[in-house]
Amino acid sequence: MIAFMIRRLFQALIVIFIISVIGFAIKQSVGDPVRELTGISVSEEERVEFREKLGLNDPWYVQYGRFFGDAIQGDLGTSFFYKRPATEVILEKAPATLELVFVSSLIILLFSVPLGVFSAIKPDSLFSRALMGSSIVGVSIPVFLTAIMMVYLFSIKLSWLPSYGRGELVMLGGWGTGLLTLDGWLHILMPSVALSSIMLPLFIRLIRSEMMEVLESEYIKYAWAKGLTHRRVWFVHAFKNTLLPVITVGGVQLGVTIAFTILTETVFQWQGLGFMFMEAVERSDAPLLVAYLMFVGIVMVGVNTIVDLIYGLVNPTIRIAGVK
Amino acid sequence: MNRLDKFRQSFLWYSFKRDKVAIACLLVLLILVLTAIFAPLIAPYNPYDPEMIDIMNSEIPPAWEAEGGTEFLLGTDSQGRDMLSTMIYGMRISIIIGLGAVALQAVLGVLIGLFAGYHGGRLDAFFMRAADVQLSFSYLMVAIFMSAILQAVVGVAKFGEIAIPFLVLVIGLSQWPQYARTVRASVLAERKKEYVEAARVAGFTSSRIILDQIFPNTLSPILVLSTIQVANAVMSEAALSFLGLGMPIDRPSLGSLINSGFELIFSGAWWITALPGLLLVILVLSINMLGDFLRDVFNPKLYKG
Repeated sequence: MIAFMIRRLFQALIVIFIISVIGFAIKQSVGDPVRELTGISVSEEERVEFREKLGLNDPWYVQYGRFFGDAIQGDLGTSFFYKRPATEVILEKAPATLELVFVSSLIILLFSVPLGVFSAIKPDSLFSRALMGSSIVGVSIPVFLTAIMMVYLFSIKLSWLPSYGRGELVMLGGWGTGLLTLDGWLHILMPSVALSSIMLPLFIRLIRSEMMEVLESEYIKYAWAKGLTHRRVWFVHAFKNTLLPVITVGGVQLGVTIAFTILTETVFQWQGLGFMFMEAVERSDAPLLVAYLMFVGIVMVGVNTIVDLIYGLVNPTIRIAGVK
Repeated sequence: MNRLDKFRQSFLWYSFKRDKVAIACLLVLLILVLTAIFAPLIAPYNPYDPEMIDIMNSEIPPAWEAEGGTEFLLGTDSQGRDMLSTMIYGMRISIIIGLGAVALQAVLGVLIGLFAGYHGGRLDAFFMRAADVQLSFSYLMVAIFMSAILQAVVGVAKFGEIAIPFLVLVIGLSQWPQYARTVRASVLAERKKEYVEAARVAGFTSSRIILDQIFPNTLSPILVLSTIQVANAVMSEAALSFLGLGMPIDRPSLGSLINSGFELIFSGAWWITALPGLLLVILVLSINMLGDFLRDVFNPKLYKG
C-alpha cells in the first residue's frame, strides 16, 4: 500500500511539474509584460531598464526557476487587467464556481441514484425504457444550448427566474456566498440545472449498468437464496458495491464539470472562474490565464490522486497491478 | 460480390434490419450528410457571397411567423443572411471538422495503442500515463486551453483564416487517449492468442504482425468508438465556437451561429439560436443513437478500459 501511495504521489508531482512548464511557456509567449505594465508615456530607456529589472533578459531556465519558486509560494504573477495578484483574483472568483459545482453535484446525486437504481432493478418497465431513451437525448444536447433555452423560456418568456449574475450575496469571511439568500438560490437554480443536465444522463447510465452487473453476481444469488428481503438485497448488498466505480468515475468527471462550468458561466454571466477565464482570453491577460491553468491543474491532480488513493484503499487488486 | 454477400449474412446487417430506430437514424444522418456535401446546390443562397447579403434583411423571422416572408424560409440572422443556407453551410463545416478531427485522433490513437500495447515496457507506460493525465483533465478542457492559448499567441484575425485545420488539430490532439486505450485493451487480449504466436514463429517482423494480423481484429471496437467520437468532436467544435474560440462569424459553424444568436434572444429573435441548435442536436443525436446500436451489436466493453 505504501509503495502504491508513493508511486501515485510521485506521479502527481510530475504532472504538476509538467503543468508548471506549460504555464511558464504560455507566459513567455503571450503578451509583453513591459508593454502591459507601463503606460504609453514611458520612454524607450525606461522600458529597457524596466525589462532588466523584471529579469526578462535572464536565460529562460533562470526565469523558469523564479516562476516556479514564486508559484510554490502562491505568487502567480500580477494580472494585466486587474492590476492585482492573480492568486487574489482567483480566490475571489473561486467561491462562485465552487457553489455552482456543489449545487449541480447535489442535483446529480439526488436524481441519478434513485433513477439509476430503479432502472437497474426494473429494466423492462416502461419508465426505465423511457429514461434510457431520454438519457441519450440528454447527452446529445450541448450544455450551452440547454442553458440558452432555459434563459429564453424562464427569463424572457415567463420572467420567473433571473438570467444572469449571482444575486444577493452574504459575505462569510472572504467567501461571498449566494446560498444563504432566497435571491441567491433563484440565481443559482438555472445555471446548476444546466450544468447538471449533461452529467446526469451519464451517471444514471453508469449506476444502472454497474448495478445490473452486480445483480448478476454470485453473492447476490446467494443473498436471494438465503431468503433476504428485496429491500435488503438491493440497497444493502447490491447498491453498496455499485458505489465504488461510481466514485472513481465521479472523480474523473470533475475535469469535465470544470470544462462545462466555462460554458455555463459564459451563458449566465456567472462571476466565477470560467467567466474570468474567458475574459482573460479576450484581454490576452497571460498571468491570469496561467494562474487559472495552474489552479485548475492542481485541483484536478489533487482530486484524482485522492480518488485513486481511496480506490486503492478499498480495492486491493489495484495496488499490486498499479494499472487500471 | 463476395464481400457484399458476406455482409448480408452478418449479424450486423441482421440486427440492423430489425432495428427501426437505427434505420431511421441512418436515414436522417444520410440526408444531413448529403445536404452538407451538396450544400452549394441545395442552399437557396450563398452565405459567403457579400453580393447576396443585404443588411436591410436582418433578423427576419421564419416564414410561419407573422412577420416572416416566403423569401427566407427560416428567417435571417443579424447580418441579413438566409438562415437555412447559413445553417447548411455551417453544418458542412461542423461535419468536416468532426470527421477530420476523428481521422487525426484515430490515426494517432490507433498507432500508439497498437505499438504501445504490443511492445509494452517503458513506451507503453509513458503513453498510458499521458493518456490518464489527459483524460483526467477531460478532452474539452484540453481543447479549450489549447485554442485559448493559440488564439492569444496567433491573434484573433489571423486565427480566423486557419480555424478549420486548427480546430481539427486541437480536437484531434485532445481526444487521442480514448482510441489509444481502447485499441491497447484489445491488443493486450489478442497478443496472447495462438495466431500471433504462430506469426512470430513464422518469422514475421513485429510491425507486420501488428498491422497485418492484430489490427484487423481490433476493428470492431474502433468502429463503435469512432461513431461516438464523431459526435463528441462535433459537440466539442460547437462548444469551442460558442466560446468564440472556434469558427469566425463570417464562416460560421453551427456553434458560432448559436453564439451569434445568443445576444439576440433577449430582443425576441429566438430562431438564430434555436434553429442551428436544433440541427446540431439532430445531427449529434442520430450519430449517438447509431453508436449505441453498434455498441449493442458488437458489445465491446468500451468504458471499462
